[in-house]
Amino acid sequence: MNNRNVLLIEDEPNIIEAIRFLLTREGWSVTAHSNGADAVSVVQAARPDLVILDMMLPGKSGMDILRELRAIADLAKLPVLMLTARGQSRDRDMAEKAGVSRFMTKPFSNAEVLKAVRDLVAQASRP
Amino acid sequence: MPRDSLTGARIRERRSIAGMRQADLARQIGISASYLNLIEHNRRRIGGKLLVEIARVLNVEPSMLTEGAEAALIATLREAAADAGAVTAETDRADELAGRFPGWAEVLALLHRRVASLERTVETLSDRLTHDPHLAASLHEVLSTAAAIRSTASILAETDGLEPEWRDRFHRNLNDDSRRLAESSKALVGYLDDNDTSEMQRGVPREEAEAFLAARGHHFPGLESGEQSPDDILRGAKDLAGRAARHIVRDILLQYQQDAQALPFDIFSAALSRLGPDPAVLAAELRADLPAVMRRLAAMSDEHMPGGAGLVIVDAAGSILFRKPVAGFALPRFGAPCPLWPLFLALSRPLVQVRRRITQVGRGTAHFDCLALAWPQGTTGYSDHPLYHAIMLVLPVRPSEAERDSLLQVGSTCRVCPRPACPARREPSILREGF
Repeated sequence: MNNRNVLLIEDEPNIIEAIRFLLTREGWSVTAHSNGADAVSVVQAARPDLVILDMMLPGKSGMDILRELRAIADLAKLPVLMLTARGQSRDRDMAEKAGVSRFMTKPFSNAEVLKAVRDLVAQASRP
Repeated sequence: MPRDSLTGARIRERRSIAGMRQADLARQIGISASYLNLIEHNRRRIGGKLLVEIARVLNVEPSMLTEGAEAALIATLREAAADAGAVTAETDRADELAGRFPGWAEVLALLHRRVASLERTVETLSDRLTHDPHLAASLHEVLSTAAAIRSTASILAETDGLEPEWRDRFHRNLNDDSRRLAESSKALVGYLDDNDTSEMQRGVPREEAEAFLAARGHHFPGLESGEQSPDDILRGAKDLAGRAARHIVRDILLQYQQDAQALPFDIFSAALSRLGPDPAVLAAELRADLPAVMRRLAAMSDEHMPGGAGLVIVDAAGSILFRKPVAGFALPRFGAPCPLWPLFLALSRPLVQVRRRITQVGRGTAHFDCLALAWPQGTTGYSDHPLYHAIMLVLPVRPSEAERDSLLQVGSTCRVCPRPACPARREPSILREGF
C-alpha cells in the first residue's frame, strides 16, 4: 500500500466508481466529491496528494476551481489531473495557463489515468 | 405584358424547377397557398420582404424573379467584382461578359453564390459550436457516458479474478450507461440533423420566441384590428412550446398591442405612405415617441414597408432583447454584436437621436440607414439610477457611390467579421484563421 490520497472531483457516478476501483486496487486511498461549488474548501480540508478534476461540474467549473487552487500558496504545486469532454486546443491552452499538471480528454483509457496519477505524484515527491 | 408583371410566372417556374409543391412554399414563407396561387398567376403584386423570402427558399436571387435570368446574372457578377476587393475588374462591362460568354459568366456567378453560402454555413456552425449551450451540454453528456463505459468495460475485460460482487456491479453500470449513451446520442443526432433553420434557432427561449415572430412576419393583424389579444394569439400558438418563450412573446405582443392602440394601423400607414419611413418625421407628425414609431415601422407588412425594416433592441449590457432581421444585415444569433453599431453610440448618449449610413464588412454592397435612440425604462425616483434600453431601426437604402467614403463600416460579431485592425475587436475572427 502506498498510503497516498487522491481526491476525485467528478459528477458522473459511474466514472467515480471505475476510477475509485482502479486506484484503490493499486493501493491509493480515494475520496470523491461531486459538486464544484465547495470543491476548493474540500481540497483544502482533505490535503490530497493529487486531485483528479472534471472540467464541467455543477456549481463551479473545473477551470475556475483550478485557478482558485493555484492562488492558494500551499496548493500552488498540488498535482491536478484535469479530465474533460472538451478537447479543443483553446481549452487545453486555458487549462495550461491556469496551471494544470496534466490534461486528459474523455473518453480516456484506464492505463493512461493510472500512469498519469503515478507520474504526477512521483514528480511532486521529488525534492 | 410589362416585365415586372411576370414575377408571379417566374416564381411558379422556379418552384417547379425546385420540385416544390405550392403548399410547401407557402408554408415556408408564412402565407396561405391560395394567396401564393394568386401571386403565381400574376393577380397580386409582390415585392419587398416576401419576394426576398421566396427567393431565399427557392435559392435564387430576388432579381431573377423580378427581372429574369440575365439581370440577376449581371447583378451577381457586379457583386462578385465588388467583393473581390483588391482585384480590379471591369465592372462596367459585366453585361458584355454575360452577353458574350454566358456560360463562363454563369460559372463565375455560381462560384460567388457558393462562397457566400459557405460563409453563411461557417458562420452558423461556428456560432453554434462556440455558444450553443445545448450542443455543449449534449456533447459533454455523450462523452462522459462514453468515458464511463470505456473505463468500466476495460476493468471487466482486463482485471483477472474480479470478485463476483464487483463484476455484477460493473455489469449493471455498463447496462445503465449504454442505455444512457443510446438516448443521449439519439437526442444529439436529432438536434444536429434538424436542418430547418427556424428549428435550429430554437435552442433557448429567446430564439424560440424569435422563430415564432419571424414565422408571422412580425405582423399581427388581430392585434392591429383589436380583434385579438396577446393571450388569444398565444392560445393558438402550437409552435411555441416553452414557458419562458411564451413569456417573452407575451411581453412583445403586449408592447405591440399598446403601440397599435397609440398609433392605429390606418393612421400610421397613411402617414407612412405620405411622409416616407423617416421615424423622426413620423414621430413629429403623429406626436408619438420615437421608439414606438420605430417598433410600428418594423411591424408593417411588406405591402406598406417595401424592402422591410430591421429592428434591434438591447439593454444597457448590450444583450439583444428583440431583433427583427432585414435582408443583407447580419444579426448575430449568439454572442455580443459589433460595438460599432450606431445602437451603442446611442447607448452612450441617452435621449440623443443617432443616425448613420452603414455597410457591413464582408457582406456585399448593401447600405443601410440606421436610426438609434437610448431611453430610460419605467419611472424612477430621484435617487434611482435609470435603466436604459437602446433601439435601432435598420432601413435598407440604395447603395450610393457618392456616400461610399462616408459610410460607417461595421460588422456582425467579431467571430465572423474580417475587418482588419479593428479598434473594437474582442476576439480573433475565424475568417482570418484559415477557414
